[in-house]
Amino acid sequence: MSERTVAAISTPQGEGGIAVIRISGDEAIKIADKSFRAFSGQKLETLKGYSAAYGEIVSDNKVIDDAVALVFTSPKSFTGENVVELSVHGGKLVARDALRVVLSNGADLAGPGEFTKRAYLNGKLDLASAESIMEIISAKNETALKISRMAKEGNLSREIEEITAEILKLDAAISVYADYPDEEIEGLDTPTFLKTLEKIEENIKKLLETYDAGKVIREGVDTCIVGKPNVGKSTLMNVLCREDRSIVTDVAGTTRDVVESTVTVDGITLNLSDTAGIRSTEDTVEKAGVERSVKRLNNSALVLAVFDVSRPFDNDDRKLISALGNNAIIVLNKNDLQSVADMSLFEGKNTVSISAKDNSGIQKLYGEIEKTVNSRKISGDEAVLISERQRNCAKRAYESIAEAKKSLLSGITIDAVGVLIDDCLSALLELTGKRVTNEVTDEVFKRFCVGK
Amino acid sequence: MNIPEYKADNYDVAVIGGGHAGIEAALVAARLGLKTIMFTITLDWVGNMPCNPSIGGTAKGHLVRELDALGGEMGKAADKNTLQSRMLNRGKGPAVYSLRAQIDRRRYSEYMKHTVELQKGLDVKQAEIVSVEKRENIWHLITSLGADFTSKTVIFATGTFLGGRVYVGEVNYEAGPDGLFPATKLSQSLKNLGIPLRRFKTGTPARVLKSSIDFSELELQEGDQKTVPFSFSTKEKPQNKVVCHIAYTNDDTKKVILDNIHRSPLYAGVIEGVGPRYCPSIEDKIVRFADKKRHQLFIEPCGENTEEMYLQGMSSSLPEEVQIKFYHTIKGLENVKVMRNAYAIEYDCIDPTALKASLEFKDFEGLFGAGQFNGSSGYEEAAAQGLIAGINAAKKVKGEPPLILSRASSYIGTLIDDLVTKGCSDPYRMMTSRSEYRLLLRQDNADDRLMPIGYELGLISEEEYNEFTEKKRLKELEIARINQTYIAPGEEINEMLSSMGTTPLSTGVCLADLIKRPQLSYESLAPFDKERPILPEDVCEKAEIEIKYEGYIVRQQSQINETLRLENKKIPEDLNYDDVYGLRLEAKEKLNKIKPSNIGQASRISGVSPSDISVLLIYLKK
Repeated sequence: MSERTVAAISTPQGEGGIAVIRISGDEAIKIADKSFRAFSGQKLETLKGYSAAYGEIVSDNKVIDDAVALVFTSPKSFTGENVVELSVHGGKLVARDALRVVLSNGADLAGPGEFTKRAYLNGKLDLASAESIMEIISAKNETALKISRMAKEGNLSREIEEITAEILKLDAAISVYADYPDEEIEGLDTPTFLKTLEKIEENIKKLLETYDAGKVIREGVDTCIVGKPNVGKSTLMNVLCREDRSIVTDVAGTTRDVVESTVTVDGITLNLSDTAGIRSTEDTVEKAGVERSVKRLNNSALVLAVFDVSRPFDNDDRKLISALGNNAIIVLNKNDLQSVADMSLFEGKNTVSISAKDNSGIQKLYGEIEKTVNSRKISGDEAVLISERQRNCAKRAYESIAEAKKSLLSGITIDAVGVLIDDCLSALLELTGKRVTNEVTDEVFKRFCVGK
Repeated sequence: MNIPEYKADNYDVAVIGGGHAGIEAALVAARLGLKTIMFTITLDWVGNMPCNPSIGGTAKGHLVRELDALGGEMGKAADKNTLQSRMLNRGKGPAVYSLRAQIDRRRYSEYMKHTVELQKGLDVKQAEIVSVEKRENIWHLITSLGADFTSKTVIFATGTFLGGRVYVGEVNYEAGPDGLFPATKLSQSLKNLGIPLRRFKTGTPARVLKSSIDFSELELQEGDQKTVPFSFSTKEKPQNKVVCHIAYTNDDTKKVILDNIHRSPLYAGVIEGVGPRYCPSIEDKIVRFADKKRHQLFIEPCGENTEEMYLQGMSSSLPEEVQIKFYHTIKGLENVKVMRNAYAIEYDCIDPTALKASLEFKDFEGLFGAGQFNGSSGYEEAAAQGLIAGINAAKKVKGEPPLILSRASSYIGTLIDDLVTKGCSDPYRMMTSRSEYRLLLRQDNADDRLMPIGYELGLISEEEYNEFTEKKRLKELEIARINQTYIAPGEEINEMLSSMGTTPLSTGVCLADLIKRPQLSYESLAPFDKERPILPEDVCEKAEIEIKYEGYIVRQQSQINETLRLENKKIPEDLNYDDVYGLRLEAKEKLNKIKPSNIGQASRISGVSPSDISVLLIYLKK
């Protein structure tokens, strides 16, 4: 039984210089030969792996476009199968037509992430690398892309391997301890043992921290803009988005719904929501909007609280100020007008003075956002956990090793501590896919199927 | 020369070999009601111990207790012939407690010989089997004297006799262990059947005269004051009748060996067989662990009625004169008289991946293997396989499904799974580290784990089983009582707690929580536990371990449950892996050869990667 041969445009949609149609599977070269005619007259089937031919895509003797065909023979290809990549000119229509030709010659359209899935199943990628490719496909900004690339290149797997190597050394010592009754075992005296456990714990902890930081980079920061009606929230939002998203009027309470928008500021993606102004209101429609706003305030990672300094603060302002936490930046708007508000209320808080209307102070705001959000910087070449699945594994590993440490300190015998160390090890092996569980396969492949 | 054959008897089960594997196989088959015969080359040495005069040790002790819970004979025989008993690893934690006993070699053999002779339904026959072949759907076993026995099933338990060759320096000759006859013709017959054989080797140290040892120079090693028997049915505690001693090699020993290493048949390349990694010869130890200053050796009596002493840790295949020379370098052995020389023995065995988990050959219905024949090493490993092969041969004849013990149930299950799934590249020795479930597979609870199976098989008597269930009931009652008993703070108990280095009480606390403190024990809390009933020692021990290690045991149980999910994913027996798209070539070959019965087993095969397993999982879902 042989799996079907699949094809897809594997460059991003849009007007690029070139577009690549990738064909993968047993029949890939045959199908490519039906779709592509080399100017040299040579059949692709006669070519060795890693060679290229220049020619044209042909359908019913009609030439679609000039193309370069790159031939990879199994197992030396991305997917581990026979692969042909046809590079055509990058127009949307040209690429689509070329793909049509390939499909009409016997290939099936590749599902989302199918090439990666095949690469994983053919043993070309480990699980962590396969997952990272899915992240590359969906990366929202440059840093996210870089992190995912690093993971694909195996940084994460290597980091985990270093940690597991430590654990395996411990395991080996415990084995000797168990099997050789009369031997002195090196590394298992309590201080040394403890030091090793602490080192492992520390490394896993570091790794765990990368998830939250990485998540910020990948998924963006949920940011809400709050403030009393008509202090300039929507204007600020529009400045950040550089487009008119919210309705901006002078009538207090215009924005009744939470407006979502995504903006990238200095490599940080903010998922912005403009909220209805916070004030006591009797208007039922607006009331629903206000409730939602307060909820947002509590759920957001970043709050931009906007105040109009051209008017004195009232009770609503004071209420809002006291509701703000560490995740808030106080944006003092309308600094183009005379400031009359009581600034002492903001003591000890992050404040930025801007004028949303004439764009002043915006750069400073960006700086504050970066400071508030990025408590932990990711350099882009370190190992980062990139999926919830990976984080769960790392968390289990961390908890097990922490408990092992506790047990050892309590004075329990090493055979029992070993149970916890084994737990830690298996969680880490599961992370990189070295240990197979049903769930891993299910979960990861579920992702492949709905991948972008 | 063609020997005229004569028609001999017909059996259900025929066992070739009367060593530790053969005995258990033959006894159990007969006890399960099958007409059984056991062949041995020398009836004088049924159940011989050609190497260590001891049974048990790390992991091996576990095997013996498990064997006993399934109705095996080894534990009972060891208890009756114990010279000295020790629980190893006391103080290291219950998962690694291991029982080991010095055994009176000759008496042990006598006990076993008599036991097989008395067994109803079992014939014992001194004969060399020269050929095994299938004719008209029944296996024929031909002896060297021309007797043609027939049997529905055959169990190979040939040990080091099969193609045995002894090496001492430049000298080598065909022989079995202890100067007995080897089985020289059976190997060819197996090859004719199409069973590939390979060579393994093992070795044994010299036996020396007791009166020639200067014990004043040696460390003394005594037995435990409180001994524990192997068998759950043994009522009297084994008595310590002898002591052992410890000696050490030194730089001179090393020098003698290194100066003569070229005379070792192993280093000269004469021996092709692979030796046991975990039981190396002294020359091997000196070469491989070159920076180690000294190596320990144990001097163990071979029996009460003999002056022969065994030098554990000093096996060698160097020439006899070199042996004498290096033994003489050891403090206390300067004038030692070597009664029997050390030697290496090379023998034929199979690749155990040719077997199913039932120990039946995949390709030869009715043929089973056990012990060194399967590539293992050690009496206990042999006995464990013998028992399982015997049970499954009997089940085969009765048309019942085989008994397959999981890794999570026992060391026996782990041993067999390792052999048939991973195979072995050197003689396989059981170790506690081979089990991923050490804390659950303890020697104290072998009965909890396996006696219900033994009982159901009909190998555990009603009386034994009742005793087991009663003890289990008592243990559960005691655990419940401990969990409901509260200890009030008081001067006396707080004084004790402080002296043990643990926090004194300020409020009442559950007795179970006190037992959980590593510094305290069930026994140390006795004076404060006024309602404590008088219970058998083993019941107390189990209750204590189960309380003390509860959290860890629960955790290990969940590890087992996790892996069980993969074990429960069955793979159809007729699956042709060539049809599974995406498997790498190496994985296809391995899987087609091993034919794992489930995904869990498949994932343990070396050369099968996690992505191969994913491919399989996806394939099986289709």
